[in-house]
Amino acid sequence: MEQLKQLSIFSENKPGRLTKITKVLAEEGVNILAINIASSDGFGVIRFIVDKCELAAQKLRQKGFTVSLNEVMAIELVDRPGGLFEVSALLSKKKINIENAYVLILGSRKKAFLIVDVNEIEKAKKLLKHENLRFFTVKKRGESKTVQGEKNDLE
Amino acid sequence: MFWQKDIEMISRRALEELQLKRLKQTVRQAYKNIPFYKEHFSKLHIQPKDITSLKDIRKLPFTTREDLREYYPFGMLAVTKEQVVRLHTSSGTTGKPKAIFFTKKDVDRAAELIARCLIMTGVAKGDVLQNMMTYGLFTGALVMHYGAEKVGVLVIPAGPGNTKRQIALMQDFKTTTLHITPSYALYLATVMQNEGLDPQKDFSLRRAYLGSEPYSEETRKKIEKFFHIDVYNSYGLSEMNGPGVAFECREKNGMHLWEDNFIMEVIDPDTGETKPDGEKGELVLTTLYREAMPILRYRTRDITRILPGKCKCGRTHRRISRIIGRTDDMIIVRGVNIFPQQIERVLMGVKAVAQNYQIVLESYDQMTVRVEIVKELFDGKVDHLVNLRNEITEKIRSEILVRPKVELLEPGTLPVSEGKAIRVIDKRTL
Repeated sequence: MEQLKQLSIFSENKPGRLTKITKVLAEEGVNILAINIASSDGFGVIRFIVDKCELAAQKLRQKGFTVSLNEVMAIELVDRPGGLFEVSALLSKKKINIENAYVLILGSRKKAFLIVDVNEIEKAKKLLKHENLRFFTVKKRGESKTVQGEKNDLE
Repeated sequence: MFWQKDIEMISRRALEELQLKRLKQTVRQAYKNIPFYKEHFSKLHIQPKDITSLKDIRKLPFTTREDLREYYPFGMLAVTKEQVVRLHTSSGTTGKPKAIFFTKKDVDRAAELIARCLIMTGVAKGDVLQNMMTYGLFTGALVMHYGAEKVGVLVIPAGPGNTKRQIALMQDFKTTTLHITPSYALYLATVMQNEGLDPQKDFSLRRAYLGSEPYSEETRKKIEKFFHIDVYNSYGLSEMNGPGVAFECREKNGMHLWEDNFIMEVIDPDTGETKPDGEKGELVLTTLYREAMPILRYRTRDITRILPGKCKCGRTHRRISRIIGRTDDMIIVRGVNIFPQQIERVLMGVKAVAQNYQIVLESYDQMTVRVEIVKELFDGKVDHLVNLRNEITEKIRSEILVRPKVELLEPGTLPVSEGKAIRVIDKRTL
């Protein structure tokens, strides 16, 4: 399973921060695939899945932002009632605790992925290795190119 | 090493004899030449001849900052205008400044005290001192400058600010010694770090003298560790010559106050009662060896304590602790007296926050402490940030007994200072 990295940016909770961050991403031609914002009384962490995460992290750091990169999993959700239930039931059976989760949707709603941020990613990956799951990843060459379509994106 | 070994190692008994002799002279000089003192002596029904022992100093009136302002510009001068060769002023945020005059001898005596301090901390000929205090009306830089020249070191009169040029000077002239404010030292560290400079490899620094604003022991350690140097506390105030009143020796355990030049007392700021050695209170100083401006029992507004016991270095002049706060800086929240340095001390002990901080007072029962997180320690987890905030809140609460609101800020949000830092923003109105 190739690594999928999530970009986290520390931000004070005040107007204009998201604009400043996304402006940097836009200028660098970084495509945002999913976003999630968690806030707690005065500050927040803005998370992105992007096509060129290393480049995005580097540019944001240069602009003075406080950035962290960590590996997450993106598990495909089957597009029918019970899709999320099946995945979460499996995770719970394997005793994988979810720190944070959000959804990534590709190609005009053809495919949806649950982005799962867990404490022990290596252990979780091992536990899910032989399950019948499909994961989303950004191909290495995607670092210099935007993702073309889901065909290339899946393992 | 000693500059004036006989006087620095003088026996307590001989020192007290010298103090009494000089105190009597000072009192006579003040009474005779300064109407302000004559008036106050009459009000208290005392005369110079009533001073027969050191303890009698308690009979003398206090001199306050407001007195110096009121008698500005020449009212506190004990000699003729022709005899003074230098003027310094110390400005307050409001009202008139204070004028401090020096005769030629006063300039030389202030330099002697600095020379003692420099030699005491291991400075020798060949050292290069970069003086990063403000030159001008402020005493900080000039008094240090004259003392350093007396010792025979090379002085770079850099003044504060223009950090890149400071760094270039330090590299080009192999500066060994810095005279700098604590907040500027912290800023200098940040700039060096950002420029990718190694304080140990790229510089020849050996020591720094930090003064003019109170700071914590944790800050000293942080600066010592970053620059790989020894940091010595320096205490002084313009009204008492400027720097060189009290200074740390290599033991770095309290500052020797030059008792042949000053008599120190520590008092309760509310009642004026003298406190015994070891107890905290306001430092009160009487000049013993000044021509132009003898000052009796000056209320410094600095909170400290006299450290009991002898110092290992052998100097007999008693030590004061680092300045714990100023009676001016003291803030009152929910009826509790708080010094910003207490909060600084807590923050220095928390790894994940940077040096810069700000205290915002919006009401009399709520205090907000704003701190910047350290970029490198951010791992993207909200719960870690929440824990960090709770940890800081709890640590501050246990230090000052008031629960603050803690705000975590992005690095670089708070203004950086190149001089005295503004740490407290008081938005309260009476």
